[in-house]
Amino acid sequence: MNGQRSLSRAFLALLRRDLVLAVRQRSEIGNPLLFFLIVTAMFPLGVGSKPQLLQAMAPGVIWVAALLAALLSLDAIFRSDFEDGSLEQILLSAHPVSVLILAKVLAHWLITGLPLLLVSPLIGVLLNLPQGATATLLLTLALGTPILSLVGAIGVALTVGLRKGGIILSLLVLPLYVPVLIFGSSAVQTAAAGIPVTGQLSLLGALLLLALSLSPVATASALRISLS
Amino acid sequence: MMKFFHKLGSPPYFYGFAGRLAPWLGIICLILLVIGLYDGLVVAPTDYQQGESYRIIYIHVPAAWMSLFIYMVMAVCAVLTMIWRVKIAEVIATASAPLGASFTFLALVTGSLWGKPMWGTWWVWDGRLTSELILLFLYLGIIALYNAVEDKRTAARSTAVLTLVGVVNIPIIHYSVIWWNTLHQGPTVTKLGAPSIDPRMLIPLLLMAMAFQFYYFAVVLMQARAEILERERNTAWVQQLPEVNGP
Amino acid sequence: MKEFLYMGGYAFYVWTSYGIAMAVLIINLVLPIGRRRRLLADIARKARRARRSS
Repeated sequence: MNGQRSLSRAFLALLRRDLVLAVRQRSEIGNPLLFFLIVTAMFPLGVGSKPQLLQAMAPGVIWVAALLAALLSLDAIFRSDFEDGSLEQILLSAHPVSVLILAKVLAHWLITGLPLLLVSPLIGVLLNLPQGATATLLLTLALGTPILSLVGAIGVALTVGLRKGGIILSLLVLPLYVPVLIFGSSAVQTAAAGIPVTGQLSLLGALLLLALSLSPVATASALRISLS
Repeated sequence: MMKFFHKLGSPPYFYGFAGRLAPWLGIICLILLVIGLYDGLVVAPTDYQQGESYRIIYIHVPAAWMSLFIYMVMAVCAVLTMIWRVKIAEVIATASAPLGASFTFLALVTGSLWGKPMWGTWWVWDGRLTSELILLFLYLGIIALYNAVEDKRTAARSTAVLTLVGVVNIPIIHYSVIWWNTLHQGPTVTKLGAPSIDPRMLIPLLLMAMAFQFYYFAVVLMQARAEILERERNTAWVQQLPEVNGP
Repeated sequence: MKEFLYMGGYAFYVWTSYGIAMAVLIINLVLPIGRRRRLLADIARKARRARRSS
């Protein structure tokens, strides 16, 4: 009983610490968001601004941009903690490491995934996405971006000790993002055509549950290896 | 039996054992390869729909099978690495990755060479080809990670984690790609024209698949020996080897 | 024989496939042989040097 309460306290303390750090360093929140906006703005400039073309591409473009924005911000999950040694403290703590990792991943999602979710309707407007698909877009991003953070955390844990970890991280993580990309963008596309999307959403939900249960364990063992 | 496996886990014993075994595996592979090639290129009849171009199947399908089989071997090695820290499992997984990537590459290239006369283009986003492409990316990621980590034992354990993450993901990736493909592509072109394949066409396929298997076993043992030598170069048993100690 | 090489008009695709396959198999076979030989030579050289200096 007592242990459980101290565990949840540790979870909340870690979450609050990461959030406070992020709020103090506003660029950590702002930059991925800006990147997301700029990348999506590049597409009409590259392929032309025909409304039908943009509408057909919008779900894919938004999802690919979300993938890249998540990738760009992933390194922040563990990098600074690795450099100042607090990551080792987390691994040495008496609490189950995977729960503490979950706190860090949740913080990362709140810092990078949630803002992305909030600006995505704006991008939908820019890319001519039909009004009816906006709700689905929000839902798929709400289900999908946590998976990106969870799976990405494994990749960061594997590469955190490396000097040139950044590019390798993207090689490791992007292939694992394929199912999220497929189900996410297809749900939005289907919704834009006015067809119900419960199938894709429940598949995304299942993927989220799977990632929630397995990723913290894999991340913990990857961190132990990287720091050994 | 258990004793044998225990002995196999020790690098010097494995080094000698693999050195004796690999040539035999290589000879079996060569025999199978010669018969398989003759059977596939000369004996097997022409396909009534695809003509002679279907003969690419004898490279394409065995290579695709190997690409998955080698990943499974790496996954088993990853479990042995993570739980029991078996050194030989680390070495075999390391030696397997480039071979797996090679077979995946081969499956993709031959698929493309087959696709050109059949579909009219070099590349179609066909479900199976696409998931093979993602598999290639997974292999290349594993190799990149292994090469990036300085300490090779740490590298082997890191790649073991990645391999296991990949094992969970491969079926998900595969089925999501197939699902995506049926959504966008309509009915895919079935590669084997007839629902039941002529036995005279099937036998060379199985022969070639077995030849590739033996090829893999032989080469992975050779590659593993080189890897062991590199890791253990400062140990007493390596210094005692006749090639090192001199006559 | 000519007909065999012609492959019903698909010669380029069939023989390129088989050619690339053989090339990949041979490269993967030669690499470990060369690697082991170089390693052994290197280890032997270092061992000789160590014996001489001691």
